[in-house]
Amino acid sequence: MNDERSNAEWIEALFGEPDQKALADLRARLLRGMGYALKQRYRVTDADLEDFVQDALVRILANLASFRGESRFTTWAQKIAVRIAFSELRRKRWEEVSLHELGTVDEESDAEASALAWMPSPVQSPEQQVTRQSLVTLLSTLIQEELTDRQRQAMMTIVLKGMPLEEVALRMGTNRNALYKLLHDARQRLKRRLEVQGVTVSDVMSAFESSG
Amino acid sequence: MMSLTADKLKGLVLSIFQTHRDEIGCGDCFEHVDRFAELVQSGKDAAKEMPHVYRHLEMCKACREEFEALLSAIEAG
Repeated sequence: MNDERSNAEWIEALFGEPDQKALADLRARLLRGMGYALKQRYRVTDADLEDFVQDALVRILANLASFRGESRFTTWAQKIAVRIAFSELRRKRWEEVSLHELGTVDEESDAEASALAWMPSPVQSPEQQVTRQSLVTLLSTLIQEELTDRQRQAMMTIVLKGMPLEEVALRMGTNRNALYKLLHDARQRLKRRLEVQGVTVSDVMSAFESSG
Repeated sequence: MMSLTADKLKGLVLSIFQTHRDEIGCGDCFEHVDRFAELVQSGKDAAKEMPHVYRHLEMCKACREEFEALLSAIEAG
């Protein structure tokens, strides 16, 4: 579907005192896109979509000067709407859950909080179980030895408990970007140690081959 | 003790091995993901043209979820 307006026309129509027709068109566009993107996979109502789009419009109008024209204006606007929607969906889903409840914070014993227990699958061969258990044991040791407390906590919460990055960031008093970088550093440390231990990607893949 | 399933273990270890020294963060990814989405939509080799965004989306579940939703949204027209 082609845009009716060029990027320049969108900016001109919305900058300062927004043209109401342009605003309505943008609203309709965002609603259509968000409905298509979210309704089938997530539990969202029409009222939710209206709220997301309304919040998005406020942010879009406030940030028009930051649009660099690398994409269509409507794509850029849609990106903002998607971010707002997911932030809210994640917040609602996890608002009652603290890091303590997830069991990723243990003030008594940090070692216990980060220890990993392997859940063997009944269809694995004994050889596969040994290899996977060895991997878990090694990983558990490396996580304990290499990572800071914050890295351990973040990694365990995100990887094992599935809490979204920005929700973990909020509870840890930081932001999503900073937390990603913290985890990146953590992964780099673990990668170096795994390589020193002589573990390769092939080793990992063969431990999970066929029936695992 | 935290229980680790096969999928989670494999995912964790592979993500460790796939780590690059120069990964961009969520902020930089967000800045450029609209252009990346349009490259994908138009059938171009987005991974080749914007490797840092591609790599981040492989590593970051949160950004990948949002990218997939953005792709659906712009395909809706």
